[in-house]
Amino acid sequence: MSNLTDLGVAAIRDGVRGGEFSARDVADAFIDAVAAAKPLNAFLVETPDHALAAAKVADDARAAGETLKPLAGVPIGMKDLFCTRGVETTAASGILKGFVPQYESTVSGNLWNAGAGMLGKLNLDQFAMGSSNETSAFGNVISPWRRPGDTAPLAPGGSSGGSSAAIAARLCPAATGTDTGGSIRQPAAFVGITGIKPTYGRCSRYGVVAFASSLDQAGPMAHDVRDCAIMLEAMAGFDPKDATSLDLPVPAWEAGLNADLRGKRVGIPKEYRVDGMPAEIEALWQQGIDWLKDAGAEIVEVSLPHTKYALPAYYIIAPAEASSNLARYDGVRYGQRVLPDGAGLQDMYAATRAAGFGDEVKRRIMIGTYVLSAGFYDAYYTQAQKVRTLIARDFEQAFEQCDVLLTPTAPSAAFVLGEKSADPIAMYLNDVFTVPSSLAGLPAMSVPGGVDKDGLPLGLQVIGKPLDEQGVLNAGLALEQRAGFVARAEKWW
Amino acid sequence: MSVEPATVKRVAGLARIAITDAEAEKLAPELGNILGFIEQLGEVDTSGVEPMTAVIPNHLRLRDDVVTDGDVRDKVLANAPQGEHGFFTVPKVIE
Amino acid sequence: MTESTYRIRGATGDWEVVIGLEVHAQVTSNAKLFSGAATAFGAEPNTQVSLVDAAMPGMLPTPNRECIRQAVRTGMAIDAVINKWSRFDRKNYFYADLPQGYQISQLYHPLVGEGVVEIVLDEKDPNSVPKAIGVERIHVEQDAGKLMHDQHPTRSYVDLNRSGVALMEIVSRPDMRSPAEAGAYLSKLRTILRYVGSCDGNMDQGSMRADVNVSVRRPGEEFGTRTETKNVNSVRFVMAAIEYEANRQVAVIEDGGRIVQETRLFDPDKGVTRSMRSKEDAHDYRYFPDPDLLPLELDDAFLEECRASLPELPDAKRKRYEGELGLSAYNAAVLTAEVETARWFEALLAECGSDVPAKSAANWLISDLYGALNRLGKTIGDSPVSPAQGAELLKLVADGTLSGTLSKQVFEIMLETGQGANAIVEERGLKQTSDTGAIEAVIAEVMEKNADKVADYRGGKDKLFGFFVGQTMKAMGGKANPGVVNDLLKKALG
Repeated sequence: MSNLTDLGVAAIRDGVRGGEFSARDVADAFIDAVAAAKPLNAFLVETPDHALAAAKVADDARAAGETLKPLAGVPIGMKDLFCTRGVETTAASGILKGFVPQYESTVSGNLWNAGAGMLGKLNLDQFAMGSSNETSAFGNVISPWRRPGDTAPLAPGGSSGGSSAAIAARLCPAATGTDTGGSIRQPAAFVGITGIKPTYGRCSRYGVVAFASSLDQAGPMAHDVRDCAIMLEAMAGFDPKDATSLDLPVPAWEAGLNADLRGKRVGIPKEYRVDGMPAEIEALWQQGIDWLKDAGAEIVEVSLPHTKYALPAYYIIAPAEASSNLARYDGVRYGQRVLPDGAGLQDMYAATRAAGFGDEVKRRIMIGTYVLSAGFYDAYYTQAQKVRTLIARDFEQAFEQCDVLLTPTAPSAAFVLGEKSADPIAMYLNDVFTVPSSLAGLPAMSVPGGVDKDGLPLGLQVIGKPLDEQGVLNAGLALEQRAGFVARAEKWW
Repeated sequence: MSVEPATVKRVAGLARIAITDAEAEKLAPELGNILGFIEQLGEVDTSGVEPMTAVIPNHLRLRDDVVTDGDVRDKVLANAPQGEHGFFTVPKVIE
Repeated sequence: MTESTYRIRGATGDWEVVIGLEVHAQVTSNAKLFSGAATAFGAEPNTQVSLVDAAMPGMLPTPNRECIRQAVRTGMAIDAVINKWSRFDRKNYFYADLPQGYQISQLYHPLVGEGVVEIVLDEKDPNSVPKAIGVERIHVEQDAGKLMHDQHPTRSYVDLNRSGVALMEIVSRPDMRSPAEAGAYLSKLRTILRYVGSCDGNMDQGSMRADVNVSVRRPGEEFGTRTETKNVNSVRFVMAAIEYEANRQVAVIEDGGRIVQETRLFDPDKGVTRSMRSKEDAHDYRYFPDPDLLPLELDDAFLEECRASLPELPDAKRKRYEGELGLSAYNAAVLTAEVETARWFEALLAECGSDVPAKSAANWLISDLYGALNRLGKTIGDSPVSPAQGAELLKLVADGTLSGTLSKQVFEIMLETGQGANAIVEERGLKQTSDTGAIEAVIAEVMEKNADKVADYRGGKDKLFGFFVGQTMKAMGGKANPGVVNDLLKKALG
């Protein structure tokens, strides 16, 4: 029997069902791996009891001859943006230190109902604001990957950097992520795993600490496309507690997996060939095109003319929504309170928020406050929402000519921590390929395509029509089968 | 785009984030750069374009008027930094 | 109502007052606007609070259909435009009674547009001309929680029971020109809301409160700078606040000062307004559409149900009472001013059937029943006499069983004992009699005892006729039919 922590979701599920190993064995293996991986700083809270309890339920059910639930025996990691009842949830911010939710997010609840157990809460960029996991109040997550002969810590991507690092380091077979502008796809690409952001409204936002409500969408991260499909089936579903939730049945994505793309057309958006794109990225993209051709797809060039305006629109809309969503962190009802001597209520707010929020969070709150303030609202916010309409229209028109789009996930491989943190805009440019589909609410996934000259993973992104997660997964599967990505980070921790 | 430290302080005040003069000085060019970056949106001709309201076509569902929640004071107050007699408490407010 | 002649007499001449009201009315609903917590008044602190109302991380709003429906019905009741497409916006500011750090409200696309409320300054004066007060909009929004400042020396207490309760904000045009007009508008609005059932109108419980915008100007000139006096919670206080504020503004201007656009508070004990400095820096509310909610789109079936469920409204009812029922303008106004009175009156009419004229029923309700309720310190809602019991009494008057005097006696006994009129009449033999034989016998007796007065009468002292009526009725214990007594006396006296 191979090392249990090398197994993915499907393999664990099937192995437990078939009695090859017990859920308890699986849980123990991952719990030990988590405990031994402190240098990665991927977990903020470890919850072995939760994982063991779920494993016991799975083993007992099997012993009793019951039908096992879809994720029975599968322990997962939970991004610490999801509120989990009785388990500290901080969104990696000092302002929520000590906060123990009395409620469960719908997505995490769905996973527990499907039989999954929780290994712990995963580190992330503070309030999911960041692309390198350097904004967490509880320290950077370190990627398990390193450049050859170099111990410089690399970024696991962000904001779901704890999730990406933990999966790549085999600390969990799958994890939840959230994606506002690329926070599932970019970290997945950085560590050589797979992640999908479904159509906006597929996964409930209830109980997910909000960053930018009109963009936030939960999704799974795992080793491969099938595992993502299994996870997403459990996570997704209509939730009356979220007004933006889509009242649609959850398709059987795993059963629908099919890498035969004959009769499908794949669009290549010409505007994604940005200036200064590294040759390796360009080469990988071409490779991806060839793979999809090989899978039977017809390749068409399409145009998304407003692509260059996606990032500036995003950096108005997301901070604007964030500035308002984060107003509730005021030290009154939960979280940290800082009360200087003799301070009044408003001074208490200012001191609490100054101490509790990190620099990037403050920066975005300030930008958001500025663009919404009197006299600027129309020029910034209304204009950004109009541009967003144009960006969505671009996609609509492109999808008249094709079924899915293929692009690189990120403009570079993982960078050294600290390399970009001094220049916010350089950091924001990481999301140049992922932000447009977020603005349009489209399903999009990243699959590992290859490695760069340093042997670091590079990802390819598939973007689909609204609600066509199946088309995205299938194209992803065709890439995965042809890429044969087997590179993995060598254990140094 | 240039942003004055005074503007930074005004915005920080609106956002209820205490900042020192030194921090405002440091933040001013950073915010200026970001605002300069996002200002390129002004180039886009959006005449006749409606601002986006719902990213995926969907309609607002309305709930029935039934009491289904509340009566969970312990949960509501469980994380309060300060409270007594079933209330949250804050520094005395003079209105 | 002709153009208001209300003026502030300043040292430098006359000033006209311009008034607009923003009325916050709590929507009658079981649950809150965006959460399933209850709305009942007077619960233990923080017991009617959901995790949504407490703005816990990741909590999301889901709108209550009934709150939307009631606001739409209210709009229809004032002939307003109903916007089939509206949106919720966030109004951002920090305060301890506002857990989210924003209030979900509607700025850019309100649910209800232009409407109108007709007011009459003096209901008793049939010559008083109605004036139309424009309503600019009605939008739906969340109420805030409550702060208590006097429980602790250094702390304020926060109770979120009200947090998230649905309010309608009804914004008038600056169409009012005197405290009396503002008072009449607020009263009329309250009447309409109570008819519609969209708000209970309990001003002392905070179910209705007004932000009062006041400015002064020379008659006919441009509007002056206005101040906003917040949260005034009675018709009387609204009028007093306007009176004070208008005079204050005139004094400031005549002293060479300028009016600052600001938020003020009304102190009902002193009858003055004062500046509310704590809210001064909060004016940049950074409104934007709430991204947690989609646009609110109403279909025709929804609107149709709203319209079909509207009751007859006070103006229509008053006209019908005057026209169909032939009531006086005053009586019609009194009976329609409160929805409970109108309901009681209509229940009474229904019980009376065609046996009792509507006028008699109206008169009895307004004089006899109201008189009794006033004496007992009760409202029509807790009247000890039901409409059915009232009708029983009125029928006995209409069929001649009871005289006016007797009916008042019977009514008093009804109030004391709770018995029905028929039972009282039977038990106590209070039926009036038209038995001519019995009455003639008594008349003969009275004439015999008062032979001198009979002589005087016959000698030409006509006025003594009343004396004989009184004596006869007295001797009959008030139970004689007065008409029969009159006829028989005239015959007997010759």
